[in-house]
Amino acid sequence: MCGGVYGWRRAAAAAVGLLLVAATLAGCGSNASEGVVLYVYAPVDGADQYAAAVAYCTRAAGGRYTLEPKTSARSTDDQRLQLARRLVADDADLDIMLMDVIWTAEFARAGWIRPYPADLARQMEQETLERPYETGTYQGKLYAAPLNTNTQLLWYRKDLVPHPPKTWDEMIKMAEGLKARGLPHYIEVQGAQFEGLTVWFNTLITSAGGSILSENGDVLVARGDGARRALGVMARVATSPAANPSLSVSEETDARLAMEAGLAAFQVNYSFVHASMYASGPDGGGDTFIDPLGRPTLQDTGRRVRDVFGWAAYPSVMPGKPATVTVGGLNLAVSTTSRHPREAFEAVQCLRNRKNQLRNAVEAGLPPTLRELYNAPPLREALVWQAILDSLTTASVRPKTPAYQSVSIVIADLLNPPAEINPDTVLRQLTDGISEAVNSEGVVP
Amino acid sequence: MTMTTESDLRAPASARGHPRAPLSQGARSEHRLAALLCAPAALVILVVTAYPIGYAIYLSLQRFDLRFPEQSSFVGLANYGSVLTSGHWWQALTTTLIITVVSVAIEFVIGLALALAMYRTLIGRGLIRTVVLIPYSIITVVAAFSWQFAWTPGKGYLAALLPQGVAPLTDHTSAIGVIILAEVWKTTPFMALLLLVGLALVPDELLRAAQIDGAGPWKRLTKIILPMMKPAILVALLFRTLDAFRIFDNIYILTNGSNGTASVSMLGYDNLFKVFNLGIGSAISVLIVIVVSIFAFVFIKLFGVVAPGAEDDERRLR
Repeated sequence: MCGGVYGWRRAAAAAVGLLLVAATLAGCGSNASEGVVLYVYAPVDGADQYAAAVAYCTRAAGGRYTLEPKTSARSTDDQRLQLARRLVADDADLDIMLMDVIWTAEFARAGWIRPYPADLARQMEQETLERPYETGTYQGKLYAAPLNTNTQLLWYRKDLVPHPPKTWDEMIKMAEGLKARGLPHYIEVQGAQFEGLTVWFNTLITSAGGSILSENGDVLVARGDGARRALGVMARVATSPAANPSLSVSEETDARLAMEAGLAAFQVNYSFVHASMYASGPDGGGDTFIDPLGRPTLQDTGRRVRDVFGWAAYPSVMPGKPATVTVGGLNLAVSTTSRHPREAFEAVQCLRNRKNQLRNAVEAGLPPTLRELYNAPPLREALVWQAILDSLTTASVRPKTPAYQSVSIVIADLLNPPAEINPDTVLRQLTDGISEAVNSEGVVP
Repeated sequence: MTMTTESDLRAPASARGHPRAPLSQGARSEHRLAALLCAPAALVILVVTAYPIGYAIYLSLQRFDLRFPEQSSFVGLANYGSVLTSGHWWQALTTTLIITVVSVAIEFVIGLALALAMYRTLIGRGLIRTVVLIPYSIITVVAAFSWQFAWTPGKGYLAALLPQGVAPLTDHTSAIGVIILAEVWKTTPFMALLLLVGLALVPDELLRAAQIDGAGPWKRLTKIILPMMKPAILVALLFRTLDAFRIFDNIYILTNGSNGTASVSMLGYDNLFKVFNLGIGSAISVLIVIVVSIFAFVFIKLFGVVAPGAEDDERRLR
């Protein structure tokens, strides 16, 4: 009798145990395939335009494949982490990825993305701006097809200075003059310890004729005096009495906000600040009133920051030599885990076609990578787009190494806070740190 | 606590234990059922904790970088060598230790004061306990964002109190101060709550007797209340120290490690999830576990027999 009860209990216990184990071990079921479905991973920012492009290209495919948009994380680091995690785990439901331009070498080297077929790559090369195209290549092959690009301009207050500064030194002098007169004077840069600081350094060092790294991993940072000049500019901006006290924690958004609040006279930043300045609504940037001298005020003076907002070419390091601004942007890559690479390559051509790039430009202010778009309305008529095109023509590309992330972290760590940069000591540290980082040795900060 | 006392204490525990008589069939079968019932839980724990921990130790002995998959190989303790010879590790460890020691010390003092206040209040006791707990109920990331805004010049009300041009989050020392402040504000209620439980252990008669014997409030606190609360204090300090040592979210939001404010957890995170160097990152994680274990060990040794689980024995001894 007792045994009977125990036997029943034991059976029940075993059943519960089995259920628990089964629940733990149950993996994700895979959907039965009904036609070819391609999953497109795009960041949260701009998800609407990318979803529109995906819908458009599904219709254009005429039933050969269906594109399914997947929203990735907001921050670039989190997007990369999510994609890498899925790729390492051989996730086949990941076909097309929108990739930051700095991931190309890393993803290609790790074997996560496929090179484009040579004929397709050649065709894209012909229609695409040179520098953005370069961001998608690694070891001579195209791995990521340029979708949007991005570049920085100098944004400034037309009411405070008679003409935009041509060089960094001129800008510092102007800012200090404004401060002495009690006017808004901050120079806004990306000085926080993050990717933006590496971008600033890359722009300055290439503008001064130097470079950080060659594609086969030679550390070039200490060659010539490019780095010394770049570091000098950074230190002078940061230690100038006209510097924003928050410079060492300032990112792109902080720079934009300081200008919109009427506190900054200059900022180097991406084209999104233009759209934000003229946007209306609670986030509408340029609403701040300014008094006749140009200082922000709460009174309705009828004059706002957006009325005196201007742009110009990025300041140069060497007088008379245009700056080579670092390009940003997003490229399209096809994963090695995809089961339908042929369809995916075809879909990429649609996703980056004229119509979709134009939508991204008009609705989100993202500069296209197709050359012809700048020569046609509506971009041809807008001066700011032509300034962007000029900047893209002389642009520079960040170091192409699979260990870019480590290299960038090392640079951002050594150059933050910019006010404490001592070109002599930091140059040696940069050489050592970058040499270690390129081989993924040692601890990154 | 000396060894003899410890073994003396253990003696009654084994004497109390079941006599080693052969078990009846029913009892044996019940034992088996108990084992069976525990098995799924034990299995799940093995799968979700023991396996990852073991895997992390395995990874820490490899060169394992997701970006260079073909270079993976066994490298012994080389990763530990890289970490322990890196200035970044020692700086992060120093920063973390400073934050841990200072914040836990402040939390303990304020927490004890709050606990005493909560314990002694006659009116509005429920209200006070609720109010005290509010910071703890706010999500750390949200609280960290509000601290960040508050300390940003031109935006925040706290920065507005400072002289023009001072940005506390941009300087190493003041940024550490802000991080500690955010930690203390956030977790003191937790400390107070744990200490409040300890206060309930102090018999009122004892305090009244001491008062009649002429012991003042300070003497009563140091000679009666604190010694009687020792188990609760151990738990509170241990929990908070281990927690504080793993600090991540506050720093991530407030400074993101700028100006040398990164903690060891952030260092581990960056090496694992930003540069995908799983070997080095795992070595850092294992080192964090080792440091945390040392903390726990030291605490238990310092507080001796009042460690959780030993309370019964101590009570009996008295």
